[in-house]
Amino acid sequence: MFLRRFLTRIATTLVTLFGVAVIVFVVIRVVPGDPIAMMLPPGATDADIARLQALYGLDKSIPQQFVIWLGGVLHGDFGTSITTRQPVLGLVLSRLPATLELSIMALVIAVVLGGLMALTGTRLRDTRTEGAIDVANGMALSVPDFLWGLVLILMFGVLWPVFSISGRVSPALVPQFHTDFFLFESVLRLRFDLWLDLVGHMLMPAVALAIPLAAIIGQLLKQSLKETMHLDYVTLARTKGYGENHVITHEALRNAILPTLTLIGVQFTFLIGGTVIIERLFSYEGLGNMAIDAVINRDLPLIQGIVLLFALLFTLVNLCVDLLYAVLNPRLRHA
Amino acid sequence: MTLSRRSLLKMTAATVSLSVALPAFAQAIDELVIAYNVNLPSWDPTVGPSAVNPTIQGIYQSVFDQFILQQPDLSPAPGLLTDWGWNEDRTQVWMDVRQGVKWHDGSDFTAEDVAWSLARVADPATGSPIQFVWGTLANHRVEGNRVIADVVQFDPTIFKWMYFLTGYVLPKAYYERVGADGFEAAPIGTGPYMVEQYERNAFVRLRANPHYWNGVPEFESVTIRFVTDAASRVAEVESGRSHVTLEIPYEEYDRLRAMPALGGVATPISDIAMIFFNDIDVMLDENVRKAAVLAVDKQLIIDRLLSGYGVALSTLETPEYAAYDPTIQVPYDPDQARELLAASGYSTDNPVRFTIQTTRGFKPKDYEMIQAIVGLWRRVGIEAEIEVYEVARHYELRAADQLAPAAFYNWGNSVGDPTTSTGFAMFGPSPHSVWDSQDLIDMIAPLWAEPNEERRIQGWKDVDRYIAEHAYVLPLLQYVQPIIHANGVHVTPHASGALLPHLMTRA
Repeated sequence: MFLRRFLTRIATTLVTLFGVAVIVFVVIRVVPGDPIAMMLPPGATDADIARLQALYGLDKSIPQQFVIWLGGVLHGDFGTSITTRQPVLGLVLSRLPATLELSIMALVIAVVLGGLMALTGTRLRDTRTEGAIDVANGMALSVPDFLWGLVLILMFGVLWPVFSISGRVSPALVPQFHTDFFLFESVLRLRFDLWLDLVGHMLMPAVALAIPLAAIIGQLLKQSLKETMHLDYVTLARTKGYGENHVITHEALRNAILPTLTLIGVQFTFLIGGTVIIERLFSYEGLGNMAIDAVINRDLPLIQGIVLLFALLFTLVNLCVDLLYAVLNPRLRHA
Repeated sequence: MTLSRRSLLKMTAATVSLSVALPAFAQAIDELVIAYNVNLPSWDPTVGPSAVNPTIQGIYQSVFDQFILQQPDLSPAPGLLTDWGWNEDRTQVWMDVRQGVKWHDGSDFTAEDVAWSLARVADPATGSPIQFVWGTLANHRVEGNRVIADVVQFDPTIFKWMYFLTGYVLPKAYYERVGADGFEAAPIGTGPYMVEQYERNAFVRLRANPHYWNGVPEFESVTIRFVTDAASRVAEVESGRSHVTLEIPYEEYDRLRAMPALGGVATPISDIAMIFFNDIDVMLDENVRKAAVLAVDKQLIIDRLLSGYGVALSTLETPEYAAYDPTIQVPYDPDQARELLAASGYSTDNPVRFTIQTTRGFKPKDYEMIQAIVGLWRRVGIEAEIEVYEVARHYELRAADQLAPAAFYNWGNSVGDPTTSTGFAMFGPSPHSVWDSQDLIDMIAPLWAEPNEERRIQGWKDVDRYIAEHAYVLPLLQYVQPIIHANGVHVTPHASGALLPHLMTRA
């Protein structure tokens, strides 16, 4: 049963990716903005335009271009970026780790902050503290992540310049690593100076990304916990003499966390999408920053590669959440 | 290595202290840090879209030399070419090559490099967007210290292109040895700085070229950070993390330069703002065009929207351009605008209507300028509807000659020649022109190959006067580039707009 469910999800994932590929390919060619027109120098003739279009394969029909591109993708060739003239696959894979590290750090911060708010709010329910947490939650939700980014830049970049506000690592520290997962590899290599530098660069963008998600997690988890606190098995735990903290963390939390887990999975994909603006704001050299450049320059092959990778990430995250949910939820596990 | 909690805490404290100590306004600057406004997508300055992106040229010129040196006032000077010219019947060009210059890898720069660089960009297979210019020369050959090429089609501006877009000298032997990918990974030039480290979308670290033929740069080490967001660039200099930045809002420029630790330079650059008129619909009525030009108070726009940073223009030539003629003036005259419109049957009660296209946020206050202009037009009887589009859309529509009757644009011409301003913008057959009337085509066509420089420049001035008289375009203003710097740095601005670290010294 579980295997069939898994295989079905894999199949739907492949169909989704194909659909995304078709839509992206067609849409970015139909929307205004011709990459050749953007690089036309003064005085270019029709022959020059035709030569450049042929050079970048844009002289063929859209279906022909799609077939050529898809054939390449199936062989691991995502084309060549128009602006950088580098293979697209190499470019996006070199930036993916930076975005993943940032997203995971943001997720961890969001889960910790949101979890703490939910637990505190539940423990101190119906008090002024719960009210304060609700107000804080409301504020965190009302302000978009890029605005939090600007606030953080002002506070910790200008007024009290403790953290770095641009880039991923100090240029003076040259990481000679084997992977692009600098944060993880710096720990493995015991390069704690570099690790601290990386964290110093990532913290502000990660917090900006995490604040709205933390609010959502805090709100939903607190609501679930409060509902769970009225259930019979929780009352039973109390009658057994367990303290309130124990009841919340050991009894109520286990059941209350399931809807939050699903939400985290869904929101994580939004969080990855949010990196586009935040990476730009903090000049963080991730996939999102590269995506904006690609769109500005109408770098069609690079846009396709990035969007397809984002789609792959989203579907994989959702797949993992579904599977994890099936494992954690006894009703699904034994269905 | 053993790590205790105590040592970890110590390291954390040290790092935090280091971070806090980063702002270094008052300290001597060892490593110059520049917050740059664009990313560098590619290192080859001769092919691809980056090659024709004016904003990136400052980085290219830090690493590579152009054939001919361009001075901060846009005038040419001996560079890798010490002398150049045509033969008497203009069937050949000759170029004398500087001796004693070294590539960054220590190898000798030779005339072969110049001949190869010219031949390479002239070859359509290379993919140079400026191939149509370089292709006017052929059969490049070396005779001693001189490079000679045959003229396929005479272009009086060919030597000006040698300090313009794609006019860079690349290393023949090195490029052929490492290939295009190897060159991207480890580019070398003869320029004032050598590439030490490059992280795409993040930064490039440059090291001064100790053998630079034009004098070793003052700053031994320069880091150019790609900080594409203007607010982040402001924060970078305000916090002291970067010493120099550019392209920030004028309000921020005024605020920052008033700070004790910072200074600023704001000088006119070769970029201009203009409104194209398309030869369609109501724009075919000369009264409407003239009224649209006369009704715009350019100085008011500069003062109110650009904090006074800008130079009002009456032609597509700035004062630094070769064909600038100060006697061509189109004054602000709303009364005359009303009279002209009345002659065509229009008034504030019965306004002439058309669409004006503009970008929003592509250039400082672009949308706001158009809003102000539309407001000024409304007072005389012009009702324009604003359509916002991306600059990519503008390029596409312009190449297809499908722009609206009026369209805002900014034109860069760092070489300062009239062909690359009035010429390509107003000559019908050019994909960049919008006004395509035959009278203008007939007037401009002979100038492309005019061999007499004096007559050529005078010819372009006559064209500019004719355009102004017939209101074929609405020139607005010359942009001023704001540069903010720490007081420890002296910045020499370049009229092309390129921010060049080798022109920076310790104050």
